Amino acid sequence: MSYLGYPDFFEPYIKKVEQTRPARIEKRKKGEEFPFMSLQERQDMLRYHPDYKEEGRREIKVGPSKGYRIAHEFVDLLEAKSRVDPNKVDLSRVDYEADVLVIGGGGAATVAALIAEENGAQVLVATKLRHGDSNTMMAEGGIQAATKREKDSPYYHYLDVLGGGHFKNDPDIVAAFVKQAPDALQWLERLGVMFTKFPDGRLGAMHGGGTCRKRMHYCADLSGMEIMRTVRDEARNRKNIKVLEFSPAVELILNEHGQCAGAVLYNMETEEYLVARAKAVILATGGSGRLHVQGFMTTNHYGATADGIVLGYRAGVPLSFLHTVQYHPTGVVFPEQIEGWLITERFRSEGADVLNVNGEKFVNEREPRDVESARFIKECLDGKGVPTPTGKVGIWLDSPMLDILHGEGRVRTAFVGKWKVYYRLGIDISRAPMLVYPTLHYQNGGLKDNAECETGLPGLYVAGEVTGGLHGENRLMGNSLMDIVVFGRIAGKNATVFAREKARDGELTLKHVKAYHKELKEAGIVADRVAPMLLPDYTTAEVKEKQLTVSYLGTLR
Amino acid sequence: MSTKQRKRKPAKTAVKEEKKIAAKLIPIYIMGKRYEIPEGLTIMKAMEYAGYILIRGCGCRGGTCGACGTVYRKPGDYKLQVALACQKTVEPDMYIAQIPFFPANRATYDFAGLTAAPEEVFKLYPELFRCVACNSCTKACPQGIEVMDAISALKQGNIAQAAQLSFDCIQCGLCTSRCFGELAQYHMFQLARRIYGAMIVPRAQHLTEMVKAVGEGRYDRFLEELKRTKEDELKKLYEEREVEPMAAGEDWKPKDRRYL
Repeated sequence: MSYLGYPDFFEPYIKKVEQTRPARIEKRKKGEEFPFMSLQERQDMLRYHPDYKEEGRREIKVGPSKGYRIAHEFVDLLEAKSRVDPNKVDLSRVDYEADVLVIGGGGAATVAALIAEENGAQVLVATKLRHGDSNTMMAEGGIQAATKREKDSPYYHYLDVLGGGHFKNDPDIVAAFVKQAPDALQWLERLGVMFTKFPDGRLGAMHGGGTCRKRMHYCADLSGMEIMRTVRDEARNRKNIKVLEFSPAVELILNEHGQCAGAVLYNMETEEYLVARAKAVILATGGSGRLHVQGFMTTNHYGATADGIVLGYRAGVPLSFLHTVQYHPTGVVFPEQIEGWLITERFRSEGADVLNVNGEKFVNEREPRDVESARFIKECLDGKGVPTPTGKVGIWLDSPMLDILHGEGRVRTAFVGKWKVYYRLGIDISRAPMLVYPTLHYQNGGLKDNAECETGLPGLYVAGEVTGGLHGENRLMGNSLMDIVVFGRIAGKNATVFAREKARDGELTLKHVKAYHKELKEAGIVADRVAPMLLPDYTTAEVKEKQLTVSYLGTLR
Repeated sequence: MSTKQRKRKPAKTAVKEEKKIAAKLIPIYIMGKRYEIPEGLTIMKAMEYAGYILIRGCGCRGGTCGACGTVYRKPGDYKLQVALACQKTVEPDMYIAQIPFFPANRATYDFAGLTAAPEEVFKLYPELFRCVACNSCTKACPQGIEVMDAISALKQGNIAQAAQLSFDCIQCGLCTSRCFGELAQYHMFQLARRIYGAMIVPRAQHLTEMVKAVGEGRYDRFLEELKRTKEDELKKLYEEREVEPMAAGEDWKPKDRRYL
């Protein structure tokens, strides 16, 4: 039997939510808010955040950021050897040539490819899965830009970005970001992205956690998918953009002048390693949720395994802000089939309360993500989380409120993606609340770059989640979709200029990989790990025990 | 097919997605071969439980990327069912095959040179009129989109309706795989949505105004000032900034207008 689609187990808990709902609705209607925390209270709350657990990280012993304390999962990948023996790759045999090589196939990569092509470059996009398979595709909430002059401006956007990032962000990068965001949004509008609008064309906009003005624009609850498929469609129209799917880069290639001049690609289906030469390279490989830092579930797509961090780091690019990763407050805890799945912040933006086991509010639902997550974890540690029959614990997100606040059918139409998935599992989220818990969502930091997307390695540009600096120690909702567009465009342009004006011909080399191997050895790191990981391994122990082949001819995938 | 079974070095960083579930085992048939799988898993997790390492047929694992279109049949049932492997829970005796790729005709176009005239779509996709209204596409849609209705709208030149009906299309291609008229519906819808978004819906006037103001350097001074501001002062500005109330309407205006 079930109650509103949930197992009977949940009936008493859901009833508590229903009991407190009418009074909470009244408060909402009157505009009464649960008080926000002060900056000091936020700081104190963060000790419940996984980032602040010292046992979760260690110092990295090699490379340009030696001594930096980051999550074990990252260190494991960085203290690992190349997938290929650098001595065996014949760099004189070039398989692919391009002006600009774009590594990655998500939003930042595709935007960069479009702009590079528009500036006259022959572009090769090499990506691990299919073109478009990325976290961009999964982003739901929206995209931030100050667009309404009568109440908002890049000034306020800047302040919000900094407040979210604990004032640690790179000021130049943030300033470039907030300033170029409106133009980037207009570029998307002209490409045909179906933004949710009023009949006169005015953009719908709402709050996200940590925003002082409603500047989060959106395309129903499929904002990232709509943006991704639109830019991908445009890339498919451009004859000077060539896309190689299932061909991740496994090493960057340098030339004798110390410029980045290509990459070693790996055809995952034929298991060949191939040489791509280019005059400039854009690294836009996205994030790392599939590393499952501290054992957390993730909202990220299958390929989010930090490949770009490994490639860039080995080639000498330092890390920036990688000590923080973002846990999205609202990942599904139950039903099990969709565990870890992201529930967009927009439910909270539209007024859905978050509630403990007693059906009580315990936090404003629009604190910055790290604070909100930490507060959820604390509530559960205090014994006020909602238990599940599978032994987990969660917090209620009271979605049915939205139909009451905004009119019958609001959840069904404004959150069609979510509604359908739950409905298939027998739960109508316009009638029953959702059970959530923080889930690994975003890599706040990454490779160090500047506002021009340049790294310390000439000819190597970076954009999107693989970078660090814009979001400081914590990203706000809606700023990653804008990140990929603003900086994808900048990277595309600057890489093309570099290819045309600064790139020099010269012998290709993987010396940096050999040097890195040497450094690993000298640091006494005895590990049989190889990196990048490329794909996570979900094979069960029972299956592994029986995989007894002595060794493989060819490569280990 | 799209998957390989290989031994790999166990990665220390890998975390099991599968929990030790004391669930009942049920038989499923992956491309005809029988495996016993704990009930409650999705098709995707069931394949991984069986030992498959997916390269194709796996993407976002969240129902939005369209990588894992899957067909299945159950014994004694003539009907071919469709699902996304990352979304559908396994059922006993399912016969499962993934369709990770399906060749589909996609027109290339100079988007900036198009207009919102229906003839543009007809010219790029003349096969649109090969649709015999059999409704197989709709039945094959794992998103529950009224695919045939959206195609009919396109045929009638109603680009707006086609765009709206197809909005949550994940482009998995299952409709195309089942189409009697050999249409690639999802590419046609993509074109319709772009035309709708760019040329039918009115442009945001306030956005144009903001872009112009930014271009004229209106905010440069403010941003330069912020870049130079020390952390303590920034924190003060942050805490004191006026927050638009949640319940505010479109006409809300802040009191402090110095930085607008």
